[in-house]
Amino acid sequence: MIRHLLSGADLDADTATLVLDTAAEMATVAGREVKKLPALRGRTVVNLFYEDSTRTRISFEAAAKRLSADVINFSAKGSSVTKGESLKDTALTLQAMGADAVVVRHPASGAPHRLADWVDGSVVNAGDGTHEHPTQALLDAYTMRSRLGRLAGLHVAIVGDVLHSRVARSNVLLLTTLGAKVTLVGPPTLIPVDIATALAPGIDVSYDLDTVAPGVDVVMMLRVQRERMSDSYFPSAREYARRYGLDGPRMRRLPEHAIVMHPGPMNRGMEITPEVADSPRSTIVEQVANGVSVRMAVLYLLLGGSNR
Amino acid sequence: MTAYLIRNVSPVGGEPTDLLIRDGVVAEVGAGLTADGATVVDATGLVALPGLVDLHTHLREPGREDAETVESGSRAAALGGYTAVCAMANTSPVADTAGVVEQVWRLGREAGLVDVQPIGAVTVGLAGERLAELGAMADSAARVRIFSDDGHCVADPRLMRRALEYVKAFDGVIAQHAEEPRLTEGAQMHEGEVSTRLGLTGWPAVAEEAIIARDVLLAEHVGSRLHVCHVSTAGSVEVLRQAKARGVRVTAEVTPHHLLLTDQRAESYDPVFKVNPPLRTAADIAALRAALAEGVIDVIATDHAPHAVEDKECEWAYARPGMLGLETALSVALDVLGPRWDLIAERMSRVPARIAGLTGHGLDPAPGVPANLTVVDPAARRVIEPAELASRSRNTPYARMTLPGRIVATFLRGEPTVLDGKAVK
Repeated sequence: MIRHLLSGADLDADTATLVLDTAAEMATVAGREVKKLPALRGRTVVNLFYEDSTRTRISFEAAAKRLSADVINFSAKGSSVTKGESLKDTALTLQAMGADAVVVRHPASGAPHRLADWVDGSVVNAGDGTHEHPTQALLDAYTMRSRLGRLAGLHVAIVGDVLHSRVARSNVLLLTTLGAKVTLVGPPTLIPVDIATALAPGIDVSYDLDTVAPGVDVVMMLRVQRERMSDSYFPSAREYARRYGLDGPRMRRLPEHAIVMHPGPMNRGMEITPEVADSPRSTIVEQVANGVSVRMAVLYLLLGGSNR
Repeated sequence: MTAYLIRNVSPVGGEPTDLLIRDGVVAEVGAGLTADGATVVDATGLVALPGLVDLHTHLREPGREDAETVESGSRAAALGGYTAVCAMANTSPVADTAGVVEQVWRLGREAGLVDVQPIGAVTVGLAGERLAELGAMADSAARVRIFSDDGHCVADPRLMRRALEYVKAFDGVIAQHAEEPRLTEGAQMHEGEVSTRLGLTGWPAVAEEAIIARDVLLAEHVGSRLHVCHVSTAGSVEVLRQAKARGVRVTAEVTPHHLLLTDQRAESYDPVFKVNPPLRTAADIAALRAALAEGVIDVIATDHAPHAVEDKECEWAYARPGMLGLETALSVALDVLGPRWDLIAERMSRVPARIAGLTGHGLDPAPGVPANLTVVDPAARRVIEPAELASRSRNTPYARMTLPGRIVATFLRGEPTVLDGKAVK
């Protein structure tokens, strides 16, 4: 097993499949009256969050607690610069406290890589800047596999602000590794021209959602920050919604079996309409539930399940 | 004053001969020289070059003496084979008045290890809004001739035009940090495949090329001299080539790191590789090397940029850009260009001395010329150890790399600043 999970690229097909299979076992725990396993008793997991992200932090916290780990939440909102203590000093502090795993969310791309140089424990990237969010990709893959029965050969459209999306990067890497076909869709301002050579040569890029929609098994809508408008990535929220948002009529042009995903939090009315978000095709709530199982699997395999 | 007899040295790669240094000048050149009382330096197998001249050094004093001082930077320069460095203006306070440039100039004299030639800021506080008192700096004891807002681009085209025109009165030159600021907001590294993968905001090549294209047109329009700092892209080379072919009075420099290192270094997220302009691609490196050999790029300048440990041992986005260069520049040049000594002397000494107006520097050893020279062992190879550098900072991108060449001795007006590879004071 790998020591850290920093990028979707850290997982080869066998390891990724092992995580998904383990997550399926973990999911059975959630159905029990006593939702707890003793696997990580006596181990310490630190949630080091430099950004507000209630859902991701709670998900990791629930995962660690269900495995009986001791959980320390270290909220360090704001950059290390404004906070006064450097990331390195924080790392040394956590090291001295005996953290077995550090789950880190950080606004700066690459911060988890730096952290991994400074601590002995495992580092799990819970989202770094505009870089990656590998456990989100794992829970997305898990959700697709649960709904559609397989990953190999699936056609997944990832729609929206690919340029700034850590979810998109991790999903492209992981889904490609697992044999899915990925098409990135969005305005040209939000899709880097060299994304295929940068991430995975097999992926496609389209600027037109309507031509892609009829041929996909999965549509993954990305959150689009309204601030991008003031940076002229697109002219207005309305124009964005018209061209790249998923509404009822567009959803009905998807194949019958196709599912709609969103990593949350959603901008209802922007990239997704309430009709779509609340439809039976939407997996948005399942994704949240699956997040706990997948993160249990990741922590278990990094900390407990390996022969270290 | 001690005399030095350098035996059997190869001047600029030529036939081995002896050099007698006495009273601050090269007194005699010829085989089999003798001189009573002279200290003899056996330089068999070694090459003598005119002392190197750096057009682009950050000495950090006044303001960030924890990262570098004029003295520590001067020592690093001497150990790198330099006899003159041009100190950039982005200190704190900014070198935008006669008072600050004279202070830096005086600190350089007191250190006495290299000639420290201050560069003056173009605009007050580097703010890009109004001209600093360029004439007062030119008339000061520091005799400033190069003006630069380096670290910032003089982005306002009207202000740039005025600056280019104004310095003609005292044969000054504007050294531009070519970076269109609107195209590089939040930029962290070269925009391309690697930045896309790493999720770091890109610094597109066009942001440099667009400013160089504009500035060569402005310089042509007003008939002024322009110098372009740290050229980093293949596209910039093409713009410069065309401008030079038209006769525009433009010169350009490239740094050692842009000749050797690519943007793939960022994959470690170690900010020791964060620099502005950023490390580019292998194709850019090839174009820069060709331009340097050809003369489209005139000079190798270090952009020596010391930073305190805490400004580099952090997240990439929060780190300051810049890397050390003085003590490794000649080794990188040798690695990149090979033992083409005349070309190295041209790009690292003669031409930069001419651009900076440093008349006592950049002169090949010949009877009567000021004895500003350096002696290199081309056969040596050394492993770069950050802890062994004379700079106060440790942010070298070449840590644990093996590079060719070693500076054995450096003379400033006949006085050794480096002997046996060690600083004399």
